[in-house]
Amino acid sequence: MKRFLPLGIFLVLAVFLAVGLGLNPREVPSPLIDKAAPAFRLPQLQDPAQMLGTDDLKGRVWILNVWASWCVACLDEHPILVEFSRQNVLPIYGLNYKDKREDALAWLGKHGNPYTLSVQDPDGRVGIDYGVYGVPETYVIDGKGVIRYKRIGPVTVQILQEKILPLVRQLRG
Amino acid sequence: MKPLLAMLLLAVSLQCVAREALPEAADPVLEKRVVKLTSELRCLVCQNQSLADSHADLAIDLKNQVRAQMQAGRTDAEIRSYMVARYGDFVLYDPPLKMTTLLLWTGPFVLLLVGLLGLGAYMRGRRRRLADAALTPGDHARAQALLRGGNDKP
Repeated sequence: MKRFLPLGIFLVLAVFLAVGLGLNPREVPSPLIDKAAPAFRLPQLQDPAQMLGTDDLKGRVWILNVWASWCVACLDEHPILVEFSRQNVLPIYGLNYKDKREDALAWLGKHGNPYTLSVQDPDGRVGIDYGVYGVPETYVIDGKGVIRYKRIGPVTVQILQEKILPLVRQLRG
Repeated sequence: MKPLLAMLLLAVSLQCVAREALPEAADPVLEKRVVKLTSELRCLVCQNQSLADSHADLAIDLKNQVRAQMQAGRTDAEIRSYMVARYGDFVLYDPPLKMTTLLLWTGPFVLLLVGLLGLGAYMRGRRRRLADAALTPGDHARAQALLRGGNDKP
């Protein structure tokens, strides 16, 4: 019995450490899941004279993707979003976070534009309302305007296939 | 001469990199409140720093947000719940006692209890071992001889 005590302690520690290694400390559980998406009304990126607000999107499932031209990780997910937008499954709206309009437009011109529309959030106020702390971030918002899913960091093909698409199918019944 | 010049240029260039100080509220009392509250809030970008310590862009934005809300007359509790609504209990360095944080709050006491129980078990075992080790008459005589300062010859 006594001989196995150190082994037992070691095993318990090892299990805790192994689980700890698998966790991502950067992924903070968002309190916004299943809450109403914070309302915004912001100028559009392409045509700043036009506004777009959350009210305009009521009644349909949509994706909000927070991006910026200065954001390196956004480039990782960008081809995936471009490809996804071609499939026309659901609209992706972009929140251009703390960016310069010219830089953002040039970036979209260079890398392709997966967004139905992008809106400008130059001072990051709307970003704060959405609890953004690491661009890119992606939200799935249902027809009632409730946030159903949030992804911090780049969207991967796996996340799209295993998380977002099943959720969208379920939301559409 | 050349290295000296290079060093001088380097020193000057480093000064250019240094950031400007944050725009402080004109009111020092308010600024004290800002610092006090933001040092209780975690920076989401560099998670082991408080908002007050961090120079991440988001931390600066949030600090400005805290300052603006205080200027608008909001209380500390209101601002704290504004942050929690957006970033969750994780922003608080002093998280509330809830089902999800129960282990966090009670964990150290559970560990202390386990330690005390272990210590108690060990002490009981030790006392039993000591009680078992009674001296034989031979041992007794030898100990007496040693105490008198004689040689230890069994």
